Amino acid sequence: MTDSDNIIFDTASRIFDDLSTAEVINDAEAGTWPEALWQAISESGLNLTWVPEDNGGIGASILDGFAVLKAAGGAAVPVPLAESLFAGWLLAQAGLQVSGETATVAVGELSLTDGKLSGSAQGVPYARNAKQIVTLVETAGKVQVVQVAAEQCELIEQTNMAGEPADTISFNAVAVVQAGEPGEGFNGENVEAMGALIRCVQAAGALSAALELTIEYSMERVQFGRAIGKFQALQHSIAAFAGEVAAMNAAADAAAEAVARAPSIDHDAWIEIATAKTRLEEAVNNGAAVAHQVHGAMGFTYEHSLHHVTRRLWAWRDEFGSDVVWARRLGAEVLSWGADELWPRITAVTDAR
Amino acid sequence: MSVTRFRFPFVEMPPEATQLRQEVREFLAEERANGGYTPMADCWAGGMSAEFSRKLGQRGWLGMTWDKKYGGHGRSFLERYVVTEEMLAAGAPVMAHWIADRQSGPQIIKNAAPEVRDAIIPRIVSGECFCAIGMSEPGTGSDLASVSTRAEKVDGGWKVNGTKLWSTGAHGPGCDYMITLLRTSPLDTSARHKGLSQFIIELNTPGVDVRGIADIGGQVHFNETNFEDVFVPDSHVLGEVGGGWNMVVGELALERSGPERFLSTFIVLQEAMRLLVNNPSEQTQEVLGQVVAKIKTLRRMSLGIAGLLQEGSSPEMEAALVKDMSTNFERELLEKLRRILPQNVLFSSAGLLPTLLREGVLRVPSSTLRGGTNEVLKGMIARQLGIR
Ligand SMILES: Cc1cc2nc3c(=O)[nH]c(=O)nc-3n(C[C@H](O)[C@H](O)[C@H](O)COP(=O)(O)OP(=O)(O)OC[C@H]3O[C@@H](n4cnc5c(N)ncnc54)[C@H](O)[C@@H]3O)c2cc1C
Repeated sequence: MTDSDNIIFDTASRIFDDLSTAEVINDAEAGTWPEALWQAISESGLNLTWVPEDNGGIGASILDGFAVLKAAGGAAVPVPLAESLFAGWLLAQAGLQVSGETATVAVGELSLTDGKLSGSAQGVPYARNAKQIVTLVETAGKVQVVQVAAEQCELIEQTNMAGEPADTISFNAVAVVQAGEPGEGFNGENVEAMGALIRCVQAAGALSAALELTIEYSMERVQFGRAIGKFQALQHSIAAFAGEVAAMNAAADAAAEAVARAPSIDHDAWIEIATAKTRLEEAVNNGAAVAHQVHGAMGFTYEHSLHHVTRRLWAWRDEFGSDVVWARRLGAEVLSWGADELWPRITAVTDAR
Repeated sequence: MSVTRFRFPFVEMPPEATQLRQEVREFLAEERANGGYTPMADCWAGGMSAEFSRKLGQRGWLGMTWDKKYGGHGRSFLERYVVTEEMLAAGAPVMAHWIADRQSGPQIIKNAAPEVRDAIIPRIVSGECFCAIGMSEPGTGSDLASVSTRAEKVDGGWKVNGTKLWSTGAHGPGCDYMITLLRTSPLDTSARHKGLSQFIIELNTPGVDVRGIADIGGQVHFNETNFEDVFVPDSHVLGEVGGGWNMVVGELALERSGPERFLSTFIVLQEAMRLLVNNPSEQTQEVLGQVVAKIKTLRRMSLGIAGLLQEGSSPEMEAALVKDMSTNFERELLEKLRRILPQNVLFSSAGLLPTLLREGVLRVPSSTLRGGTNEVLKGMIARQLGIR
């Protein structure tokens, strides 16, 4: 992924550095909407990165959007940026128009009758802050992307481990704002996979941020007359942590690139996403553990900002299919290849197409 | 906030590399079918077959990236990567030529006197000449700068005395040379990296005594080599006298990032799959998902490094990171497979899969030692991160 020489990425990083401060993140968890942050995001069009110009977007590339999400994950932005990107992407799959309002994607047991949406969805990220809710309804062989207005829905506020909104929504015959059919073969699996990939990319950013905090702290904190980073035991833990960060970034990039290569999410991209979400397990387990160990008691306080990223890591690994669920899916896929196809399938990813 | 500390760019194989892969696969399938080899775990460090290496030489698969004017094949790093990873995945016996092809050859081309280079390189390329590495000594392991085997200047050359240890394959047929790190001026404790030089020593020179050492599986793998007043001509000094340290550091970096660091036990997985596909449990699925996710990610990283090397960068931190993680993974793969394989596979000594598993378990402790221990690598990573 071209993180560094990317204008959109730079713009995003600048906005997040200025406006996604520790105070803003804590206030958001306490219920204060970070208006200035969202304003800056929507003025720059970052929330429309994945929407083609014809559908109301800025027509940037899929990889641009993922670069924004990596930066957003590292900055723990407490607004539905990932969710709005995701919703925009889903609407665009069905050729629908996308407004720049806050939006999120709901996954649940849903049905559509006479243009009204019914059913419920759990753990909908940032639902309470979203103006628009987008979902995929699969009924009797027909698949439709559906948008409803959030104010028409009933909502029970809940949160994930990071204190991010993860609300339960009831749709009681809610009027549809717009609906359309996505391309051939697009289904709920694709939506879940895209959600999983988004979380992987955010997590890669959050892991990088946790590593930077850890390196800095190990050079500042003095015990026994020297910076704790001078102790070999910590150097080795931090080196292992760096490996996890590097691996997770590589896995997330590989999956993002596979999606960018495909018209939507094809089977090859699905395999790369399964790989990344599976790899997330150890990256989070080992990475967050080292980050906290090095930070000592200070990192265990609410006041220190380490938890902005570590709590998100623990939450994100569970969302859109946990890392373990994805490992089983990938394993079932690998078993379907059989022994003789195992290696060829691994190398096919990088062979000339 | 930097998210670009580590670079592992996507590499797409050029069409000629993909075509080459098919050729290599056909060759390997044919060799395996007609008994040319039996797959083995850790094949690049345990599968010695001079005959197999010569076959690869005949196919043009040794010295692939070396300049044609020296007898090489002038092909890309990525094409070499394809050949090496195919050999490893298949568990083919590639030990005899591995060191010469990976590191001694490039070192000789870069630093040897032209007449010495021309006498050696074409024979490596044809698979008829192999090399060993003489860095470690009885008193010198991780602390390589403590080398004490010495070369004293004499008329027309050098006189070498001391002992090298753990030299892989030095006893093997066709292993004609040892690239040897020697102290050429007395140790200066304030500048320990100075006064070291590399030499190409012919192993049949009088005064050289190579004695095999069996590893824990009982296989003679490495050697103790004694040098007693061994004469080495001036022409056999590699590069500048006193420039040995930088040379070995560069060589070790080359050694670090290849596919042999994560694929040494892959063949065990592949053969295990033949059993595991029958009525897989949820645990089997989970384990296979986890190990394949790791292999795919490590390969992405390793290949990313190959891509960076091809474009001329030297990604030292990335290479150290990948070696550390990859070698740990080689062991973890076996540990995970044990949990899902049937009992009879675990305690049997007959049949391909039990043999591979046993070989893997008995060889894998060396993964995290050879080429710089994982502790030493982590120290290097910490330095690159700026902590140390
Ligand atoms: C199969 C195999 C093949 C080999 N082939 C060759 C070859 O062809 N040519 C050659 O020259 N050598 C070869 N070696 C030697 C190899 O390079 C050494 O084993 C390696 O450099 C470590 O040295 P050592 O074994 O003396 O261990 P030591 O350096 O004694 O280390 C023992 C333990 O102490 C740890 N340790 C040492 N220093 C530190 C430190 N500063 N901080 C923290 N921990 C530390 C090490 O990590 C290790 O865990 C081979 C080794 C093996 C196992």
